[in-house]
Amino acid sequence: MQTKKSIGKKILSANEECAIKNSRILSERKKLCLNMISSPGSGKTTILHRTISELKGKIRIGVIEGDIQTDLDAEKIRKTGAPAIQINTNGACHLSAAQVSRALKQLPLDDLDLIFIENVGNLVCPSAFELGETGKVAVLSVAEGDDKPAKYPAIFARAKALLINKIDMLQTGGRVDFDIERVKRDVCKLNKTIEIFPISAKTGEGMRNWYDWLLKSTKDILS
Amino acid sequence: MHETMIAQSLLAAISEEAKKQNARPISAKISCGTLNAVNDEILCFAFEAAAKGTPCEGIKLQIEHKALQAQCKNCKQNFDIKLSNPKCPVCNDDDFELLPDAPLLLEEIEFSTVLGTPDGGHPTVETD
Repeated sequence: MQTKKSIGKKILSANEECAIKNSRILSERKKLCLNMISSPGSGKTTILHRTISELKGKIRIGVIEGDIQTDLDAEKIRKTGAPAIQINTNGACHLSAAQVSRALKQLPLDDLDLIFIENVGNLVCPSAFELGETGKVAVLSVAEGDDKPAKYPAIFARAKALLINKIDMLQTGGRVDFDIERVKRDVCKLNKTIEIFPISAKTGEGMRNWYDWLLKSTKDILS
Repeated sequence: MHETMIAQSLLAAISEEAKKQNARPISAKISCGTLNAVNDEILCFAFEAAAKGTPCEGIKLQIEHKALQAQCKNCKQNFDIKLSNPKCPVCNDDDFELLPDAPLLLEEIEFSTVLGTPDGGHPTVETD
């Protein structure tokens, strides 16, 4: 004989409960926490490196680095003088709230205004896992193609901001076809409130607007 | 590939319920939203691997995908949104608000019940 039992339980409830705890710790201490999500190689670490260096003295930044292997990224960030905690997921394609919870305990939170979580390079999986962050920031580099928001909409629908990186590759004589206006159109259809910043973390072009947004967002958290 | 973690969490949830019911689970029904980006084949494969050697081995998974909904700001109609071509099917307006995506839910488990035979013989367990 067979019996059916109705359950109605959230499958990822353990992760969600942990994310809520992280979120509470961050909001009680009035810290801005941004979860950076992109494909591998979009330039997340370079963006963070430049951002930390150029905002020194204005915002105190700490970083949680997620990678499948190595602590190369955390080492790069530490060279700026900022504290960085490396998480190795050993194969997993995204960070979990429990991993972030452990990393938050290792960061000197009282000395920080902003915590960046650099998620594992992957445009799909990380957006399904809440970490307790204040908001998600998507990064798309022009070499990946302007059709990505249409093809991988989940992260673009949920992000508070989108950084379109490596725009220096679009200059005359560049070999990349990428229509920034198409990306803006596709993303804004799904997400009316998203802030979009075309930047080059290499040359510094456009970074000012991103910094202004970070400065404003950290101030908003305090008020 | 995040299906691996989903599969492990799902296995934990089904195992917990099976223990409570003291019965063997034979199938489970789950539902998920569009933004969970669940691939059925990968989730079933990951679940099969995770459940190997446990009382949940061999469970059949039934996965229901719930459409992401939006509300049109013009005609106020709720509609299933096509992310590749997002606009209201009623008035064609593309000014809308995304409604919360459905969560990943374990909806139902089907258990095989251990039965005593009418003549008081040995109990039998129904297999699939």
